[in-house]
Amino acid sequence: MLGTAPPGVAMAKAKAPLRLGPAVEVVVIVTGALLTAAAIFSLFLLAIGHSPVRFFELVYIGGFGSSFSFQNTLRRAAPLILTGLAFAIPARIGLTMIGAEGALVIGALAAAALAVPIVTQGWPVALTLTAMALAAVFAGGLWTGFAGWLRHSRGVNETISTLLLAYIATAVLFFFVEGPLRDPGSANRPSTMPIGRDYMIGTLPGTNVHWGLVAGILCCIVLWLVMSRTTFGFAVRLSGGNPRAALAQGLPVGKLVVLCAAIAGGLAGLAGFFEVAAVHGQANAALVAGYGFTGILVAFLARQNPLAIIPVAILFGALAASGGLIQRRMGLPDASVLVLQGTIFVTLLAAETLYGRFKIFRPRGDER
Amino acid sequence: MDLTDSALFTVLVAMLGGAIRVSTPFLFVAVGECLTEKSGRINLGLEGNLVLGAMVAYATSFHTGEPWLGVLAAGVSGIFLGLIHGTLCSLPRVNDIAVGIAMMAFGTGLAFYFGRPYIQPPAPLLPSIPLGNWTGIPSLQRALEINPLFFVGIAVALLMSWFFRSTRWGLIVRTTGDSAPAAKAMGVNVDLVRILATASGGFLAGVGGSFLSLYYPGSWNEGLSSGQGLMAVALVIFARWDPIRCIWAAFLFGAAGAIGPAFQAIGITQGFYFFNAAPYILTLFILASSARSRSSAREAPGELSIVK
Repeated sequence: MLGTAPPGVAMAKAKAPLRLGPAVEVVVIVTGALLTAAAIFSLFLLAIGHSPVRFFELVYIGGFGSSFSFQNTLRRAAPLILTGLAFAIPARIGLTMIGAEGALVIGALAAAALAVPIVTQGWPVALTLTAMALAAVFAGGLWTGFAGWLRHSRGVNETISTLLLAYIATAVLFFFVEGPLRDPGSANRPSTMPIGRDYMIGTLPGTNVHWGLVAGILCCIVLWLVMSRTTFGFAVRLSGGNPRAALAQGLPVGKLVVLCAAIAGGLAGLAGFFEVAAVHGQANAALVAGYGFTGILVAFLARQNPLAIIPVAILFGALAASGGLIQRRMGLPDASVLVLQGTIFVTLLAAETLYGRFKIFRPRGDER
Repeated sequence: MDLTDSALFTVLVAMLGGAIRVSTPFLFVAVGECLTEKSGRINLGLEGNLVLGAMVAYATSFHTGEPWLGVLAAGVSGIFLGLIHGTLCSLPRVNDIAVGIAMMAFGTGLAFYFGRPYIQPPAPLLPSIPLGNWTGIPSLQRALEINPLFFVGIAVALLMSWFFRSTRWGLIVRTTGDSAPAAKAMGVNVDLVRILATASGGFLAGVGGSFLSLYYPGSWNEGLSSGQGLMAVALVIFARWDPIRCIWAAFLFGAAGAIGPAFQAIGITQGFYFFNAAPYILTLFILASSARSRSSAREAPGELSIVK
């Protein structure tokens, strides 16, 4: 008898159904949604007389095909990581904040505006860049934190208010760039004074990818730790899951809401800082490039998981990087990338309904 | 100095004319959103309907030479997007706000994609009715050249108010929006009512878009709509889900949107961008002051995710 299990147990083990965890469920469903979106988009391409194979081949070549194109991809992924986080963090507490574009613009403007007097006084580079980054994070944090405060104290829907603030941010940018902060030398394209080559953040050694990528990845790791391993993160997730229970536990839900919104704005502001200090060297209309809005999609695809945001942002960076190639080789307008993004977005949300439907992903013993 | 020469008069007349012109798309989108929200769903994607509607209307008018056909086609494109939104949101666990954001991206993407060839060529635009000939003042005459769609919009708002108040179907929509269980108990197919309400709302938003490209500003380009579709959602909250109040709210938003161009007309260009931002600031202010008011809580449809 020793060493052999009773026959009943052995039978149960043999019959125990195969079960995969919820993590596999996420990967399977998200991948399925992506493939469905690719299929729908392929039909769309076929309908207008283009080859889908060629399209995805070009996305691969333009995004990952060579060291040059991969660096281009990473360069575009850097702001997407930060704006993706800017959506994902407030989403954890139940906020749908879609105004990262506005906080990015305000952060960039603050950084560029601060740089103008500092650079002429000849501050050391490191100090200047730190001051600019802090100004950007602070300005972005205040901008979106305001929407969080409106939500908490006045009950204003944060989705609408953040989008309105994004439009206001663009107006503020144009006002300053074409008015008080305009560099008289920028004739055709009104801009602020360039911060100068010496003050620009360099690139990672041996590449032309700027440090914003490293900052973004660091933010992802830190925020993942904060969200999953700290009391603060637990309080945020609890408040997002069940605000009433959180209040009953004595958690300051209102403060957490404002704080999460401010963190989101700070992250987007940081993205704006890198756009100024590493890419454009000044603030102008080129800042309004849709990074904030693509970030929403990145966060949805990553299911608000800070670590998953990194690969997803690189994927969308590749899509953006290959836009030009697709335009040149296939004659498709760059809006085709927008259509693909929209299709992915819609499919992904429709796939939300599939979670929990398949028995195979439930934990063992859950036989509903 | 004569009255008609004064700067104030010029600004006021320009604002009146501007308010009538700018408010029309607001009116259509708001009344459409009102119908959708009354059924208990929120469609944040009407911005996409507006942009796609503008593109489709312009393209149809360009190819057929018949602007009114363009208006109809814009409405049909709005139904298309509305049906997708309505159907997706009927799936369990699918969030209507998130789908709205996605539809905004999808609709604008489609419009930019297919709209590329129509940026340059001129298409026949909608005619307007000159209602100001009796005044004898040219600037007032220009302000009172009103597009028929403006009156259609008002008529639709009045009709919808009557629809909600006095028809069986209106009651069904209101019940669905206030309490889905109650509607189910009445034997109503809640999802179907919401899908139809979203599709009809999408139709109206599409027609609103046709006004942008076929009358004012009167051309198709990618910067045509700047959040009007979204502001209309806020406008409905401000109008407390009443189609008649939507008319007044749309007019107020139109006037705010006309401030910038009106000041430009008398040569004040300083702070142009801030005047252009006036509608957004106004919306934010109105939301902050009205979102938690008691009357708003009383009149909001009970099933609406945005007020919960």
